[in-house]
Amino acid sequence: MSLINNRLVVKTGMSKNFRYVLIHLFFLAIVVACVAQAQAQMPTKTASQRLVLTGSSTIAPLAGEIARRFESLHPGVRIDVQTGGSSRGIHDVRKGIAAIGMVSRALKPDEADLQAFAIAQDGISIIVHAGNPVITLSREQIVDIYTGRITRWNAAGGTDARITVVNKAEGRSTLELFLDYLQLKNSEIKPHVIIGDNAQGIKTVIGNPHAIGYVSIGAAEYEARRGAPVRLLSLGGVEASVENVRQGIFPLSRPLNLVTSGEPQGLARRFIEFARSPQVHDLVRAQYFVPVNAD
Amino acid sequence: MLTDKLLMGILRAGALMAALVMLLILIFLIHESWPALSTLSIGRFMTDASWHPLEGAYNLMPMLSGTLLASAGALLLAVPLGLASAIFIVFYAPLHPAAIYKRLIELLSGIPSVVFGFWGLTTLVPLINQWHPPGASLLAGIGVLALMILPTVTLTAYTALAAVPDELLRNAAALGLSRWGMIKGVALPAAKTGIAAGIILAAARALGETMAVLMVAGNVVQYPETLFDPVRTLAANIALETAYAMGDHRAVLFVSGLLLMLLVMALSGVAGLLEKRRHA
Repeated sequence: MSLINNRLVVKTGMSKNFRYVLIHLFFLAIVVACVAQAQAQMPTKTASQRLVLTGSSTIAPLAGEIARRFESLHPGVRIDVQTGGSSRGIHDVRKGIAAIGMVSRALKPDEADLQAFAIAQDGISIIVHAGNPVITLSREQIVDIYTGRITRWNAAGGTDARITVVNKAEGRSTLELFLDYLQLKNSEIKPHVIIGDNAQGIKTVIGNPHAIGYVSIGAAEYEARRGAPVRLLSLGGVEASVENVRQGIFPLSRPLNLVTSGEPQGLARRFIEFARSPQVHDLVRAQYFVPVNAD
Repeated sequence: MLTDKLLMGILRAGALMAALVMLLILIFLIHESWPALSTLSIGRFMTDASWHPLEGAYNLMPMLSGTLLASAGALLLAVPLGLASAIFIVFYAPLHPAAIYKRLIELLSGIPSVVFGFWGLTTLVPLINQWHPPGASLLAGIGVLALMILPTVTLTAYTALAAVPDELLRNAAALGLSRWGMIKGVALPAAKTGIAAGIILAAARALGETMAVLMVAGNVVQYPETLFDPVRTLAANIALETAYAMGDHRAVLFVSGLLLMLLVMALSGVAGLLEKRRHA
């Protein structure tokens, strides 16, 4: 009986059949949506504890990795990492919206009501090709090169060749730190090449003997040690090395802090201790940051 | 009959899904770029002083020009080369070398774009740098793109030329046309629909290509004055900045995605128009 009916449907027209398919798709969509919804809600129902981190987009990827490891060690804990900039981290912790704020700089004097715990140091190094005779540059020379007032290397102690200025794409934390150090706005910089990640920056400098760029110090030191023809320029008489960043004497560096309002308690305290422990040093290094020794 | 109906249903669902995906992508792009589209006037994407999204300057036009120039330059190089290759394979090359040559071109089309990018970054860019610094430039972008779309042009033109009926060619030969006369007067006009489709396919690929161009074109947002100036394409812009973009910055990146989408849609619209005119 049903067979005959079906045949009739086929014969009577396409539109009915089409509607048939549409209805099926519609129900399929509803089922998928329900399942997805249920799955999204499940962890919050079973999780007994929840921790919210907000703040710097520099720290967020690292904090996310650390959170994932923390969650796998402590079943039932759920950690939310949200970005929005260091100032949002400060704001949210003060208002009690987040238990922990992520702030990619040292605390200012008017933020003494908060407690900061460094989980890593971030440092960047100016790099040139190994064949370039320039060993060091002053801050003023770097400003002049990046703003286009110096366009040839002989004005900075090098050979007579045009300088290729390598800059980072907007939004990167290395760019932010670099601009902050030079007291420049990105629109004042006159770049010849704009790069995305550190690896691309190092490859660009390797391929161009007259280029100058800047990348995370961890990445640059790793490549230079493997024999890549790049030189890390010392700044203000301090050699560019991971060790000097760790000691806090390299000028182009900053601490990556987790901040809390008052002494951290319970889960927040356990998470901060975990984030400063040697158990996460591999995650810190994987993001080209420098681990801190928490003692 | 039952299997017929079942098959019909499955095919309809598949076709519907494919069309829906396209529609959903468009809706998604508009949804994500809405915060920017509703708060900023459209004119600002054309008249702002520069592209510095963190400082509130959102001019997309230099990147639009970079995208168009790089694609046009690549087509200018790849179309004559690709056509010549296809004609060579079909009409001139002896059987055996032709097969090997065609296999090589097919291989070229399978090389991942990142590999082209790496080659460009480590070989092409330093080469251009010796000639005219900084090396990473519109020219490097055009070179890499031309290499990438060359197989598309060649293979589609080959297929179109090979599909020209033998009778046509034999008649041409019987009329005493030279080989070049036959190619120019008979084979190419008969195959032009297929060849044009291949060129449009290649153009769409060039417009959307991201990684390879990102690595060699220098990515400075500006109107290039010479071939040696660096440029940034719309696709490269999205890849460069999305990872760390938030708020308005993120929304304007989706606007550049939308613009790229419109560009490709316009291209396919032109293709449709050409088709219609030919049949009319």
